[in-house]
Amino acid sequence: MTLSQSLQSASLTDPGRVRDHNEDCIESRPDIGLYVLADGMGGYNAGEVASGMATSLISDGLQETWNPRESERLGRDQAKADTERLIAEQIARANNAIFTTSQNNPECAGMGTTLVVTLFFDNFMTVAHIGDSRLYRLRGDAMEQVTRDHSLLQEQLDSGLITPEEAKLSQNKNLVTRALGIDPTVEPEIHVYETQVGDSYLLCSDGLSDMVEDEEIRLTLITLRSNPNLTVQQLVQAANDNGGRDNISAVLIRVAEPFGVPRGWVARLKALFR
Amino acid sequence: MAKLILSVDGQVLKEHQLTKERTLIGRKAHNDIQIDNLAVSGEHAAIITILNDSFIEDLGSTNGTMVNGKPVKKHFLQNNDVVEIGKHKLKYFNDAPTAATAADFEKTMIIRNPAKAAPPPPKPAADMSDTATNLKPLAAEQTATKAPEAKPAAAEPTMNVNTSPPEPKPMAPPPPPPPPAPPPQQPKPMAQPGASAPPPRAPDGTPLREAVIQVLSGAAAGRTLDLTKNLTTIGKPGLQVAVITKRPNGYFITHVEGATYPTLNGASLGAQAHALSDHDLIEIAGVKMEFFYKP
Repeated sequence: MTLSQSLQSASLTDPGRVRDHNEDCIESRPDIGLYVLADGMGGYNAGEVASGMATSLISDGLQETWNPRESERLGRDQAKADTERLIAEQIARANNAIFTTSQNNPECAGMGTTLVVTLFFDNFMTVAHIGDSRLYRLRGDAMEQVTRDHSLLQEQLDSGLITPEEAKLSQNKNLVTRALGIDPTVEPEIHVYETQVGDSYLLCSDGLSDMVEDEEIRLTLITLRSNPNLTVQQLVQAANDNGGRDNISAVLIRVAEPFGVPRGWVARLKALFR
Repeated sequence: MAKLILSVDGQVLKEHQLTKERTLIGRKAHNDIQIDNLAVSGEHAAIITILNDSFIEDLGSTNGTMVNGKPVKKHFLQNNDVVEIGKHKLKYFNDAPTAATAADFEKTMIIRNPAKAAPPPPKPAADMSDTATNLKPLAAEQTATKAPEAKPAAAEPTMNVNTSPPEPKPMAPPPPPPPPAPPPQQPKPMAQPGASAPPPRAPDGTPLREAVIQVLSGAAAGRTLDLTKNLTTIGKPGLQVAVITKRPNGYFITHVEGATYPTLNGASLGAQAHALSDHDLIEIAGVKMEFFYKP
């Protein structure tokens, strides 16, 4: 089983019903198990420049530096450490490129972007994020938010200043505390998680998570589990039906088969003749 | 900018703009809002304002603080909330962004963490006073975002705010002047031509007439299924499944799984969504069904 056979994926991005252009950007590289989503902001329409640079630079960079079959030779712990390091390096590189571009081009001044990166390897997944774009996991019928927003609202929730119910009424929803490309350096949050067959992973921008309740997202993921394409279409449509006030992006990855690398000499021998 | 209107027995006494991070209310003279009445404690309550949100906190007052008739210790203020302190009332107004500026407001913005930014320039002593003054430039900048013509430099939608240590703006170089073109944040009311706005959803989420599916053939013939959920699947998992989607503008059917498509009034569904009309006939996994609106 190769990665792209084990992981079914679908993605969709949409300007929504209010904005006239789309500053979200998504990129999928199923052959190396890489899925990236970015929600650009700032500058005069330069948000899309920032999100576009982020997704393409990070995807190209990882395509060059990460070989999923390496994890076979490296062993699992080393592979985990390597993916974390490589993703951090590519994020730093993209940050530098976006920051430099914004410094040198007045029309790009102040641009930046949120980011979610997921890299699947050997039944594991390395996740990096910056800002308020999210990763959700559906396991069985339970949905969990894997990433914690880097936002003012999340900080208020963490400090107990407001309750989750109150947070829905807040007018400070749109304030992120970290973004890629606005400063010379950026600190991504990177974690490694074990995956299970049957898991669904949803990367999304706040245009989805702000417009569609978590419970509705969960029910959609469950109800349409067998059809990833229809799932992302339905999620984007629901966000639009609820007002579509921001750009909407969704990337869905479903673990259809295990994707562990061959271990032990029999398995390796078999792998040689695949 | 949020404000409080202080009144007693229906008589308006004064209006107070919530510009400070912490606004003190009490009987003594040093309070930001002084209420000279013996029912009011020396320092009675505080209002903490963080950007567009405000919270009221009772400071252990003798007679307590009420919001909308209920005693509160801490409360997240919402537009039109009425705070009662003794016989005095403070009505809270937080002008929700108007439709014209809503899109500007919702633009994602960054609150900068000063520690990570470029080294700040030497600090003028005046900026070092306290966190309340520290939050002021933010308020000014935000108002300016609302009316970009007011101050050209402030039309820059990336907002730079220092949250923690009181420091002047640590922004690397100042943003260059914006191009002369009008700010593009002007929201377009409707992007897609022809895509009419959906009717506003009723609070209970049922703006639509209720509809049902009735099974016409097979073992379950005669059975009905109310389409109350946003998504209802029909068919046999693994063989042929379709989903009926309840949307603000009607009910739609879409193929979900199976090698062949279900039929709608005898024609194959294909991969696209189809709007359902009253008394449409669906055939899925060998079973005939009828869609109709409840009388």
